[in-house]
Amino acid sequence: MSGWGIADLVFGVIAAVTIVSAAGVAFSKNIVYSAFALMGTFMGVAALYVFLAADFVAVIQVLIYVGGILVLTLFAVMLTHRIADVRISNRSVGVLPGLVVVVAVGAVMAKAVLGANWLGRRPETPHPTTAGIGNAFLGDYLLPFELASVVLLAALVGAVVLSRKELK
Amino acid sequence: MAVGLTHYLLVSLALFLLGWFCVLTRRNAIGILMGVELILNSANINYLAFSRYGSGAYDGQLFAIFVIMLAAAEAAIGLAIILGIYQTFQTIDVEATDTLRG
Amino acid sequence: MEHPTSVDYLRWIVLSPLIGAAINGLAGAALQRRFGKRAISVLACAAVLVAFLLSVRVFLHLNGLPPEGRFLLDHCWTWLDAGGLRADVAFWADPLSAVMLLVVTGVGGLIHLYATGYMHDDAAYWRFFAWLNLFTFAMLTLVLGDNLLLMFVGWEGVGLCSYALIGFWYSSTANAQAGNKAFIVNRIGDFGFVLGIFLLYWSLADVGHPTVAFRELAQHVHALEGMTFWGVGTATLVTMLLFVGATGKSAQIPLYVWLPDAMAGPTPVSALIHAATMVTAGVYMIARLNFLFDMAPLTLSVVAWTGTLTALGAATIALAQTDIKRVLAYSTVSQLGYMFMGMGAGAYTAGIFHLTTHAFFKACLFLGSGSVIHAMGGEQDIRKMGGLRRAMPTTYWTFLLSTIAIAGIFPFAGFFSKDEILWKHFSTERGSQAIWALGLLGAGLTAFYMFRLVFLTFHGENRSDPHTREHLHESPAIMTGPLVVLAALATVGGTMGWPQALGGTHWLEQWFAPVFEHGAHASAHGGGHAGTHEYATEWVLMGVSVSVALLGILLARAMYVTGSLSPKKLTEAAGGALYRWVSNKYYVDELYDVVFVRGTLLLTRLCAAFDRYVIDGVVDGSAAVTRFVSWGNGLFDNYVIDGLVNRLAGGTMVVGNRVRQLQTGSINGYLYALVAGVVVVMVVRLL
Repeated sequence: MSGWGIADLVFGVIAAVTIVSAAGVAFSKNIVYSAFALMGTFMGVAALYVFLAADFVAVIQVLIYVGGILVLTLFAVMLTHRIADVRISNRSVGVLPGLVVVVAVGAVMAKAVLGANWLGRRPETPHPTTAGIGNAFLGDYLLPFELASVVLLAALVGAVVLSRKELK
Repeated sequence: MAVGLTHYLLVSLALFLLGWFCVLTRRNAIGILMGVELILNSANINYLAFSRYGSGAYDGQLFAIFVIMLAAAEAAIGLAIILGIYQTFQTIDVEATDTLRG
Repeated sequence: MEHPTSVDYLRWIVLSPLIGAAINGLAGAALQRRFGKRAISVLACAAVLVAFLLSVRVFLHLNGLPPEGRFLLDHCWTWLDAGGLRADVAFWADPLSAVMLLVVTGVGGLIHLYATGYMHDDAAYWRFFAWLNLFTFAMLTLVLGDNLLLMFVGWEGVGLCSYALIGFWYSSTANAQAGNKAFIVNRIGDFGFVLGIFLLYWSLADVGHPTVAFRELAQHVHALEGMTFWGVGTATLVTMLLFVGATGKSAQIPLYVWLPDAMAGPTPVSALIHAATMVTAGVYMIARLNFLFDMAPLTLSVVAWTGTLTALGAATIALAQTDIKRVLAYSTVSQLGYMFMGMGAGAYTAGIFHLTTHAFFKACLFLGSGSVIHAMGGEQDIRKMGGLRRAMPTTYWTFLLSTIAIAGIFPFAGFFSKDEILWKHFSTERGSQAIWALGLLGAGLTAFYMFRLVFLTFHGENRSDPHTREHLHESPAIMTGPLVVLAALATVGGTMGWPQALGGTHWLEQWFAPVFEHGAHASAHGGGHAGTHEYATEWVLMGVSVSVALLGILLARAMYVTGSLSPKKLTEAAGGALYRWVSNKYYVDELYDVVFVRGTLLLTRLCAAFDRYVIDGVVDGSAAVTRFVSWGNGLFDNYVIDGLVNRLAGGTMVVGNRVRQLQTGSINGYLYALVAGVVVVMVVRLL
């Protein structure tokens, strides 16, 4: 940890927060606790995005993940349990085998990460990326962009169909 | 040493493993979905890290945006399915949904 | 030979009896019921009478023509014209057929008259006369046919009618079997005859003259000179085959066995068919084809020797017979042998002469025997007869005259014809003096057994029972009339052939000259020098034959009238074995039965056994094999194939059961599996 500046320190804090929140998601016994921990994780990840000079992506992360997906998840939780339930269970099963597998794989992957000779490059100074992303969407990445909208449409229709109640 | 690519990779690895653990062990369907979200986030971090410390182009960021968008779509569908499961089984405990048991 | 004269009345000779047969056959039963038997007899006899009158007309017509031109042809229609073969329904009259016509229609007519009396008490009167007329039709077709095929039609026709008439009283099995025997034995001969016709036609076709008509055969048959077929001379082979047919029809060795059995038929039938007409068909055929037989000296020699042996053999059998008709039957066989004896020496005229005289006296003898049987109430055993001359004088005298004729005593008809045959054998180069000697012996035997018959039947004391003795009577005029006519003919009939040796002109020989040109030359050459200058040898031989005959008569008289010689000495000679052999006809019938009849039956049984055991065995065996194979197949199918299928299904079930357990329905479980796969891949990659 020598040679760390302030920025690096902040990074470390944010990384810690993220990982602890993720642990909260993984090990919490209450689904609502997990949901809120998830929010924390998302926020932390957004901050990390900022550190990686992806400002637009960070904002998008907050907007969609926290504002969209998380809220949706909470709605789902509310809809699938009795409203009076305070302690909503989120039990785990087979923790030990899961831990074993995860740790094993984790060890291997960590070895890969640490051992590989990543081609490091001096990162350039961060600059706003919004304009560039926008241009890219309507330039080189036009097709994926349009396809993505089609996918979203399909998801939309699918979700509506799936959650529709049969009229008796 | 300064914060470099490796650190980011380690962070995403940690998230990935935790997300994986969620997926493997949770009984609540929504819990499993949360795990999936975690995994997707870790992948995004990887993309961006390599984008910044690798080529420096926008490709990684564009991809991350696509991932986020698709994650959203998938979460929507997934939760709609979970609602459907709840309507059928009156529970979202994945252990209960074993009518396809052989 | 000149071009024949074309006429149109010959067909009526043939058609007249056919019409009679048709009416009697189809409507006879009804006619008999309505108009009585008189109607039937009038119809039948009238039919034959018409034929006789027309035959006389033929004779007169021919007589009026110059000798080289004595040929009449009545062409009715073309029957066959296929390939090279042409056969017409056409009738041919020449001197030979004129004589035959007179014999057949004349003697036949007399027999028809006799039969109206003889068959008077029979209910199937109409059927008898229908067959009798049909027979006459067939015989006339045979005589008048202008080609071999038409002659063969008549040949077969007389065989058929003979069968029907022999078995006329068919309710008795023995009679039916006699008819069968006649037909079957005839058939064997006919087979040879047909082969002869085929071979002749085929050989002629090979040399470019395919024909079966007699006048054309006469012209072209010389083309066959020197041809051989399978190593044998063609002419010889053809004539041998034709002679086989003749032995069947004319009862020579070896196919004579049917004629004695044929006596089962009514006596008029025996007289007409088996004395005067049908049995002479073989002789007639040889005379007709004399030009062909002249080309085959080997066959003529066979003919002569067959005739001689038959004549002698039959005569010996007749010595010991006790049935009146049997004696006459064997006598017929014997006399037919004489006719063939004559033909074999190339003496065709002599043969036909004897045929004619034989018709006269044999018919008379048969009809006389019928008269006797009638009077005896159906008895035919001569040992039970005797002394009948007092009861039936007319029958006796006619019978006696005919017997003298058959014995060959001068000046009766039989003497001239028989003597001429013997003379031809003695004097010509185609004849054989050995045959002359045997013929002489036969003549002696003939005289002996015929007079034995006369003495036993008509002389001495009557040996029958009192009841029969009371009813002995002479036959009615309708039956004795023909007897008288025939006896007269037997007495004076010899005049037609009065030999030059005794001052005559031998009218018959001159009459036949246009037909037997070759034969006349040959026999004339042979007996040439003796004929023109000296008749001494001939007179001596005549005297010898008459003496031999008288000797036979005296011997018979000694044995059966005066009793000075006892027949018992002969019958007991050689311990009775000789007598038994002769009276049992040398066991020829038994031999044929064992060899041919049983042989054929054995063959039949062999074939049946072969069919049942081998053929059926193969079939059944193959069925058994098939069943076995299918059983094996079934096993294979049941255990192997089905086992395989069942194992497969079982295996699938087992595997399915195991795999089913993967479907836990537990999402966590599936996720675990997912992860496990990833881990495995990672581990593999790492290693």
